[in-house]
Amino acid sequence: MISPHTTTPYSPHLQYHLSGRLLLAAEIPFPSELLTEHMQAGYVAAKVGVIRENGKYQCSRCSNRNQQLFYTFPCSLCQKNCTYCRSCIMMGRVSECTELYSWTGPELHFSIPPQVMAWDGTLSDGQKTASDRVIAAVEQNEEVLVWAVCGAGKTEVLFKGIDTAISNGKRVCICTPRTDVVLELAPRIRQAFPNMDVAALYGGSEDRHLAAPLTVSTTHQLYRFANAFDTIIIDEVDAFPYSMDISLQQAVQKAKKQTSSTIYLTATPSRQMQNAYRKGKLQAVTIPARYHRKLIPVPTMKWSGNWQKQFQKKKIPLQIQSWVHDRIERNIPILLFFPSIKVMKACLPLFQNIEPHLLAVHSEDPERKEKVTLLRNREVPGLLTTTILERGVTIPRLDVAVIGAEHQVFSESALVQIAGRVGRSADHPTGNITFFHYGKSEEMVKAVWHIENMNREASKRGLLDV
Amino acid sequence: MFDWSILKPRLCLLCDQEINQKISWMSLLMQEQETPVCADCFTKFDPLRGELCQICSRVLSAEFRRGSLCLDCHRWEQDPDWQGFLTENRSLFHYNDYMKETIAKFKYRGDYAIAEVFSPLIKDALLTLAFDSVAVIPLSRERLLERGFNQAEALAITAGQTCIYPLARIHTEKQSKKSRRDRINLPQVFQITDPELVAGKKILLIDDIYTTGSTLRHAAKALKLAGATEIRSLTLAR
Repeated sequence: MISPHTTTPYSPHLQYHLSGRLLLAAEIPFPSELLTEHMQAGYVAAKVGVIRENGKYQCSRCSNRNQQLFYTFPCSLCQKNCTYCRSCIMMGRVSECTELYSWTGPELHFSIPPQVMAWDGTLSDGQKTASDRVIAAVEQNEEVLVWAVCGAGKTEVLFKGIDTAISNGKRVCICTPRTDVVLELAPRIRQAFPNMDVAALYGGSEDRHLAAPLTVSTTHQLYRFANAFDTIIIDEVDAFPYSMDISLQQAVQKAKKQTSSTIYLTATPSRQMQNAYRKGKLQAVTIPARYHRKLIPVPTMKWSGNWQKQFQKKKIPLQIQSWVHDRIERNIPILLFFPSIKVMKACLPLFQNIEPHLLAVHSEDPERKEKVTLLRNREVPGLLTTTILERGVTIPRLDVAVIGAEHQVFSESALVQIAGRVGRSADHPTGNITFFHYGKSEEMVKAVWHIENMNREASKRGLLDV
Repeated sequence: MFDWSILKPRLCLLCDQEINQKISWMSLLMQEQETPVCADCFTKFDPLRGELCQICSRVLSAEFRRGSLCLDCHRWEQDPDWQGFLTENRSLFHYNDYMKETIAKFKYRGDYAIAEVFSPLIKDALLTLAFDSVAVIPLSRERLLERGFNQAEALAITAGQTCIYPLARIHTEKQSKKSRRDRINLPQVFQITDPELVAGKKILLIDDIYTTGSTLRHAAKALKLAGATEIRSLTLAR
């Protein structure tokens, strides 16, 4: 028998749009007859959106199985009681009567430019080791963790691996839990790989229909992919919400091909990942030193009494007050981390008594980016913040304090990331990071130990200038 | 079999976080009415308070009123073509940014469950309104197939009401794309499919948002001309 693929022509536009995707009819801007024809020819497959197994619902798009996040309603489309997934509702409703379409026809091949990579920078010794390991993982379809300290220069470590993958006709995705990171990463990647399409995907992005050999995406957007990527790189793999959300982790699994390579990137792998590494179940390569070859500043722990009570009395604990005073006087930019938006908002006027130009930022602040820019340009002396700024912020000469460092939101990894804001630039590789507390927590101790350990390993491997 | 899921903390319908509710033997035995939203989310809604327009529930301001009516309702009631059709519109909340976001998720993303957020309040409001039957503002067929449900009907059903369906839409163009003047000057938007359903009855119309009031007044006019005696409406926000 002749396979239908050889007899029926197919639409390359539909192939381009649907390859590696898992989309609702509403997300496919083609006439429905075209879709039907391709289904009959076996080029397109449809999957029921919400399936029921042993009385339990499961979402085919986001893999949600939390029964509390399903809801049954009288549906006007199927004229029945129909159950939909609330977990991924913001991407359009997937229900028992909706279908998700994917391409099952001939594989899409991207044209590869003669010169894939334009980046010609040099790597530090630590970066070089990691870069070689990434290339090997890409070539052999392996899984590897790149455990690189804050300021090691993680992104450059990826470039040669991406070059290898693309040059071999592989489709690559760099994904990260945070939209901020996609926005910051995409232009750097485009600059390094200027001769081809790079799709940047996040909620509301313009590239959502762009099929590209190289995709930079939030982990959320991977719900719309299946069987798409040969190489998937997960940046900030331990960051919220990816680390807490099984369905996002499954989205990544679903988005890659059966035979593929996975590269995890972080400065602070979860305990689970660290254990897998120690037991030899997960291969890893570490970069214990910063690219500027100087020690990472180790946090100082300072007891500051019952800070909560003091703040309630509209007072700043003396130790914190003098720390802030000192920086303001010496004109050093500061970040003050608070355990919650509530505490921070209550404290803002107190700190503004010391220095009226201090500002506060948090996750729901629409001017977050502008305020960080103000600090970077030295237009404000400092910011009060929640853990939202624990990653991705680089400000020269910065000093950092954590207020109430024993609070449960400050996990080991959060504290290591926060400490990682200090001393990042080659011109100013030192700085002060202080954990103010009312009784040390285990996480604080572990964070300090974590940083000291990395410094020790860096020194042992000769990655530091003495 | 005992349903263990009642021991699980319920998730807030708006933020998916667990709702802190004390579990006592009493609450287990009585299967008490649970709140569908957490306090943090609920306080982001802004209830209509103070002196309200007797017809449309708008908060009255000094310069924008005529007696106990707002200027808009005053104008409607001065117009011989429109006076007396809508007896009262009860609205629950200001259409603030959070309400906007919530209603967008409800009707445009199609998250039907959000109707339950408001059902306890709608039930309460229904107790204080006089009516014989509940009807909802219908969607065009096109819109209904796009959304999969009528958001007004979802509000009515989750509040335990059985609806009658005396109205059908003639026009299909989206309301939100038109100006106030366009909306008011439209020819009739609704037709009556079954006058017997409404003749001699007090009808309560349910809709999600009261913007200019023209949709509800068009519906009220059609219903009244078909023999309904009194038309009131209940809207989530205005």
